[in-house]
Amino acid sequence: MNKYKTELLVGVFVVMTVGAVLLLALNVANKSMTSDGDTYTLYAKFDNIGGLKERSAVKVGGVTIGRVASISLDKEDYTPVVKLSINQQYGEFPETSSVSILTSGLLGEQYVGFQPGFSFDGVANLEDGDYLQDTKSALVLEDLIGQFLFNRGSEE
Amino acid sequence: MKFLQSVGANTLAKVSAAGRAALMLFGALAAVPKAKNIRLTIRQVYVVGVQSLLIIIVSGLFIGMVMALQGYTILVDYGAEGSLGPMVALSLLRELGPVVTALLFAGRAGSALTAEIGLMKATEQLSSLEMMAVDPLRRVVAPRFWAGMISMPMLALIFSAVGILGGHLVGVDWLGVDAGSYWSIMQSTVDWDKDVVNGIIKSLVFALVVTWIAIFKGYDSIPTSEGISKATTETVVFSSLAVLGLDFVLTALMFGIE
Repeated sequence: MNKYKTELLVGVFVVMTVGAVLLLALNVANKSMTSDGDTYTLYAKFDNIGGLKERSAVKVGGVTIGRVASISLDKEDYTPVVKLSINQQYGEFPETSSVSILTSGLLGEQYVGFQPGFSFDGVANLEDGDYLQDTKSALVLEDLIGQFLFNRGSEE
Repeated sequence: MKFLQSVGANTLAKVSAAGRAALMLFGALAAVPKAKNIRLTIRQVYVVGVQSLLIIIVSGLFIGMVMALQGYTILVDYGAEGSLGPMVALSLLRELGPVVTALLFAGRAGSALTAEIGLMKATEQLSSLEMMAVDPLRRVVAPRFWAGMISMPMLALIFSAVGILGGHLVGVDWLGVDAGSYWSIMQSTVDWDKDVVNGIIKSLVFALVVTWIAIFKGYDSIPTSEGISKATTETVVFSSLAVLGLDFVLTALMFGIE
């Protein structure tokens, strides 16, 4: 085994590793999407966030416009506060927009559904650090069943 | 009396072996490959890395295929076969990639390192190097150690990538999972820092442990044919146990507490 051939094969090994890293970075971990440029922050208070997690998607009509940056509990009224970081390119939503926590599919992940509101005179756009006023909580299956049984009981 | 003495002798032997192992590790760590003798390390990367490629690729492919097959039969009952992609990718990146690579590496390259260095010792090649004022730690041990440290994370990455492609082959091409959901749910679930980088850190730790054990066992072996065979066996057994034990600790530290 001469020196040239050894070094050639080590070179092939290195190139294969680079190929594996590229596959993992671009196709598996989707690195290009996660390091998505400039963002601005919005806050939303929910009564119940269900199974929402950090890094869950924020979607408008199915298109991802940002991610959940963090989830914390408000110290005064003990309601969950969700911090959303939205891509700067989707920068102009009116103040009347609303957010709700939705589930993709029957058993899928939960995400934040964002419904842009109507903009007319006198309604400003949402800016960095604003709180969204109109929020709908996650659907909790147990609550739903409880309500259903309660309604059935009161009908009879 | 006799019992106490044997306990004491055993303890002293263990402690002094640990000390010799630590000294050898520092010797190897201090001898970082320099430009003028980088060729020694490249040569060893060829021996421990390139020559392990075939076994790594073949086992990665088959492990990915088996996981896709098993995962599919379970997930399809819940109509959740779209989650096959993240299941295969996460188990490979977080666990199977680093661990199986380390186990195969211990069997394929670690045992060879021990036998080679042990035989060098038995045939007094190491002593001859010292006679010629060449430090065997720098000339023989350090290149092998660094080659192991470089090769193993690379092999683990190739293992994971090939496994994910193998899962694609079985899941998408044969069992009919939608290719779009295989990749896109995988992309939204797998996190670069949390999953891929933690996997690389794991395989770096395993590389350190496996190469260290392999080299030390060879360097410290009894220079007879029996001693070398014992050292080789111990390399494979100890490094496999160390990898599996450390894997639990690392997993608990990395993914245990949300």
